[in-house]
Amino acid sequence: MAEKQKNKRLALVVSKGTLDNAYAPLILASTAVSMDWECGLFFTFYGLDILNKKKLDSLKVPPLANPAMPIAVPNMIGVLPGMTAMATGIMKKWMDRAKLPPLRDLIEIAQEGGAIFFACTTTMEVMGLKKEDLIDGIQLAGASTFLEYASESEVNLYI
Amino acid sequence: MEDLQPDRTLDCTGLFCPMPVVKTNKEMKRLTGGQVLKMIATDPGSIPDMEAWSKQTGHELLLSQEDNGTYIFLVRKRE
Repeated sequence: MAEKQKNKRLALVVSKGTLDNAYAPLILASTAVSMDWECGLFFTFYGLDILNKKKLDSLKVPPLANPAMPIAVPNMIGVLPGMTAMATGIMKKWMDRAKLPPLRDLIEIAQEGGAIFFACTTTMEVMGLKKEDLIDGIQLAGASTFLEYASESEVNLYI
Repeated sequence: MEDLQPDRTLDCTGLFCPMPVVKTNKEMKRLTGGQVLKMIATDPGSIPDMEAWSKQTGHELLLSQEDNGTYIFLVRKRE
């Protein structure tokens, strides 16, 4: 007989804005809310691109200095125009094959499940972002807010 | 246990993490306490994932079984 435990909490710092680094936290967040956990994600620096209306649908996979690329590309070649698009295209094809949903769907699942999306106001200022530039349902906050949230969470990860 | 008639069936064939767990959890909301959901998946990670999900949510995993690359689960919604 499975035992119902007290709701747990997951706190994530999302600091990167590449396609692969966007999926990892959103898969964890959508899973957490599906396990009845509370979940909060603090988006900072390039991680803000995931919340950026104009960038969310066009996040990329970097071919440079990425030895784990789908197809081995020497850095000398990786600098050429079109290589980032190619790397991204291959990854997207692979993701489609695994029927991975679009990032927007995972965001919706997480938000519907009650996940809190914090946008770091300091890096919004650094990167010249306004609240209107971000998708809906985002809370503006600073480090204190996140640390207080994270201090009561069982799982804390920096991505 | 395999003969138990589920109240609902959810097909997650071809889907990978996090979707089988996400969809199962959504489907559970359509059941009332004590009703049973049958979930079918092909993601090999779904066996440990469904055990973990059951532990965390309190919905009882009645059956977790592999049959030729297909994974079959029976879950009873907690009261």
